[in-house]
Amino acid sequence: MNLCTLRNLMGLLAVSLLVGCATPKTVDYSAYKQARPKSILVLPPLNESPDVKATYSMLSQVTFPLAEAGYYVMPIAVVDETFRHNGLTNPADIHGLSPAKLNEIFGADAGLYITVKEYGTSYMLISSATVVTASATLVDLKTGTTLWTGTARASSEEGNNNNGGGLVGMLITAAVKQIINTSTDAGHPIAGITSQRLLSAGQHAGLLYGPRSPKYGTD
Amino acid sequence: MFNTKMARPLMAATLLGSVLLAGCSGPKTLYQWETYQAQTYEYFKGEEAKEAQVEALERDLQKIKSTGKAVPPGYHAHLGMLYAGLGKDDQMVQQFNTEKALFPESAPYMDFLLKNAKKGAGQ
Repeated sequence: MNLCTLRNLMGLLAVSLLVGCATPKTVDYSAYKQARPKSILVLPPLNESPDVKATYSMLSQVTFPLAEAGYYVMPIAVVDETFRHNGLTNPADIHGLSPAKLNEIFGADAGLYITVKEYGTSYMLISSATVVTASATLVDLKTGTTLWTGTARASSEEGNNNNGGGLVGMLITAAVKQIINTSTDAGHPIAGITSQRLLSAGQHAGLLYGPRSPKYGTD
Repeated sequence: MFNTKMARPLMAATLLGSVLLAGCSGPKTLYQWETYQAQTYEYFKGEEAKEAQVEALERDLQKIKSTGKAVPPGYHAHLGMLYAGLGKDDQMVQQFNTEKALFPESAPYMDFLLKNAKKGAGQ
């Protein structure tokens, strides 16, 4: 197998991983289509996990899928600084601001409210998995109307079922992975996959393409 | 000289090869990202000096310019904020204006930042 075939295969695998996660449900896009947001302000995510890194790890992964979907994404770190200069450091306080006020300061059409539900590595007897789960709500900042909601999850254990080596082997593997997972912020790349599943356009029940995408208006 | 019986399978092989190669170009993105997202994470972690962050972003910017692809949204604004943190206000203004020119959607926020910077009150 040459390098190119391998890369194609990996591409296919990546696509199937992305596709494998979409949850089948019907979504009412009428308010979303009427609002036609061009720009998105992503607020620092709420964190329901025990890992304090979750909020900013997740926030650092959202610009890619949103911008590639065709939206202008307000510069996340600059936005965070503006909140800090105004004494707002707690995501819950920021999520509590009125949409109208956010629209006035940032001039963004829509706000994205994210909650990280799971983040990090949990050690179980047989396996240890790094999991990131997040939900998001897109809100029209001019009217406060909810335009879209979604949830996604990614795990380091997906497609990882070859348990050779017997029980002792598995226990050792789990312990070693726990060490690797906690020492290198293993949640961060997994958060990247969660973010792409949650916020990429062109998937079932997903975000619609934005005005900067050539596919705008086709979904 | 080739005889046609030999040339045909050869052509088929060449075609197949180019099809495989074409499949290799990968999915097209609207922007060339380089390390922008990783740099924003660095900024939040606050472990790396701002000078080093500026250096990395400026270096990536040259790479993006050399390919002629688009700079991601927020890139110039982020760079402008880093320059502000280093007291380089001229470069800050320049970066915020570039963000505004590339992405008119950012205009209200960039104007807000520029106005506050002028007041000397920070952002």
